[in-house]
Amino acid sequence: MGIFVDKHTRLVVQGITGREGRFHALRMRDYNPDVVVAGVTPGRGGQDVEGIPVFDTVAEAVEQRGANTSCVFVPSRAAEDAVVEAFASGIELVVCITEGIPTLDVIDMLDQAKKEGSRCRVIGPNCPGIITCGEASVGIMPGQIFQRGPIGVISRSGTLTYEVVSLLSSRGIGQSTCIGIGGDPIIGTTFVDSLEAFEEDDDTHAIVLIGEIGGRDEEEAAAFIGSMTKPVVAFVSGRTAPPGKRMGHAGAIVSGSMGTAESKVKAFQEAGVPVADTVNEVVDIISELL
Amino acid sequence: MKLHEYQAKEIMRRYGIATPHGRVAETPDEAYEIASELKGHVVVKAQVHVGGRGKAGGISVVKTPEEARDAASRILGMNIKGLTVGKVLVEQAVEAVKEYYLGVTVDRSQKSIAIIASSEGGVDIEEVAAKTPEKIAKVWTTPREGFMPWQARALALSAGFDGRVITQVGGYFSSLFRLFKQEDAELAEINPLMLTKDGKVVAADAKITLDDNALFRHPGYGGLWEAEGDDPLEQEARRRRLTYVKLGGDIGVIGNGAGLVMATIDAIKAEGGEAANFLDIGGGARAEVVQNALELILMDKAVKAILINVFGGITRCDEVAQGLLTAIESVNLDLPVVVRLVGTREKEGRALLRDTPVVTADTMVDAAKRIVAIAGGGM
Repeated sequence: MGIFVDKHTRLVVQGITGREGRFHALRMRDYNPDVVVAGVTPGRGGQDVEGIPVFDTVAEAVEQRGANTSCVFVPSRAAEDAVVEAFASGIELVVCITEGIPTLDVIDMLDQAKKEGSRCRVIGPNCPGIITCGEASVGIMPGQIFQRGPIGVISRSGTLTYEVVSLLSSRGIGQSTCIGIGGDPIIGTTFVDSLEAFEEDDDTHAIVLIGEIGGRDEEEAAAFIGSMTKPVVAFVSGRTAPPGKRMGHAGAIVSGSMGTAESKVKAFQEAGVPVADTVNEVVDIISELL
Repeated sequence: MKLHEYQAKEIMRRYGIATPHGRVAETPDEAYEIASELKGHVVVKAQVHVGGRGKAGGISVVKTPEEARDAASRILGMNIKGLTVGKVLVEQAVEAVKEYYLGVTVDRSQKSIAIIASSEGGVDIEEVAAKTPEKIAKVWTTPREGFMPWQARALALSAGFDGRVITQVGGYFSSLFRLFKQEDAELAEINPLMLTKDGKVVAADAKITLDDNALFRHPGYGGLWEAEGDDPLEQEARRRRLTYVKLGGDIGVIGNGAGLVMATIDAIKAEGGEAANFLDIGGGARAEVVQNALELILMDKAVKAILINVFGGITRCDEVAQGLLTAIESVNLDLPVVVRLVGTREKEGRALLRDTPVVTADTMVDAAKRIVAIAGGGM
């Protein structure tokens, strides 16, 4: 169980012959050898990456290896093409790791995914991926820090998620699924989408939401949490960030009165969601809830 | 990448949008010359990357070339919200009978492009949205779907534009959308769009922000970038291809991942310290990147101590430790350093740092406590 990926995930890695694609394909296979079934690099069909067969097209990976999920490592200028190819070939979930995709390409990519059908979902871009503990890792998260348990984790950041997860694990609190939704202004799967899925997931009993400055996703999440039965703990990074400056992530920017940490913290507090001041406090609050 | 008004207007003219006649000047004498060529009243406008130039005294309407020279000498070198004015735009003053707003921008929540029209131009659009939302109309589209002139006319009408201007405004809107898409903009805005006595519409002010991620499609954009707004260290960071933001405290911060670095800075603040900067060395950071980052931090003379917080996902801790040791040797680092390394190849990383002056910490909060104690502790 868990959300979006599990032991039934059959993964094709797009861009598997590149440096990062290869490195992480092998790590994902280490996490669960049944999950990683194929790679795609146009022009390299017929080769293999340490036993993982490489195809020229995603369609071949779907037909011959039963792939249903894709993880995209291709360079930013080719990413829209890769994501759209995946959906057109019958893939239902694309996890897009690639950073630095032009925003207009992301808009078109998500719009085309939506037109392929309501079951099609993009996670990312510019995200660390998703892991359902003990079942499947799709992306670049370090599998060894995770431990199976009842906490769902959703985050706009990669390393900050690892920080919280390793604290949780060190206190013996395991996780169901951890999803990094990405640091870009426009992303396929939002906090609300992930919360909806966690609410339906029997393995998840409580949720940690790690937000940051920029946009309105946290405010929308706060509004949604009111309709949920499961408790949520929030953390917001960038509280001391100056306005008008992009803090690393393309989406982490306070513009005018939009996207401030205060607005997000306030939205959570008004929705009755506890907001932790430090990462350690996230774990303290969660352990009280359990 | 934010463009200056004069640059935005140059681009808009290429798309058939009329702007007042004028040019940019870097000296009062140049402003005098330009004003002499133009007839009647001219306006002298500071070229800086912030709003509220008028209120700050960065815009002057003058009657003669002499006055234009005086205005330019007053405005050039002026400090507006921390930015120094290096250029002024000198252009024909336009008398408006009505001011409108046209904007095209990325809408994060709708995951699409928002096209916004308002019959209340010349003021901050956020303010109009808050006070008189009926004077704003919005539609959404995607680059692939596009935006037709008839949609623009309908939008203008529903925002309360005068029916006599909608043909012209419709044309401008299509041009602005075409510009937004072809130039890979994040924002393209005309505010105000002025309707003149003789029935013409002119873009009196223009704003364009380009998408940095799309620069590979526009090799010419490198030349549009003007650094005068940025801190010298931020300019140096750009040359070094590092993601850096100057913050002003005395604790240098290096970390991997934007969220982690932001949280580290928050943690320093919570312990009573002030971070000097945001610096994200990103995923897959290798030894030479860490060294590059340390060299940059050391250029900030306010920095008294350095905190390095690396959580390995892609990043390998032994590479970070190696970069640190190489950098310490090559730059004669004599500032105290607290390092927190966790994740991939953590043991190897820590082993490399044993028997060095570097202080290691186990957690982010622990690291923040130590660095604040060191930076504040009788240095």
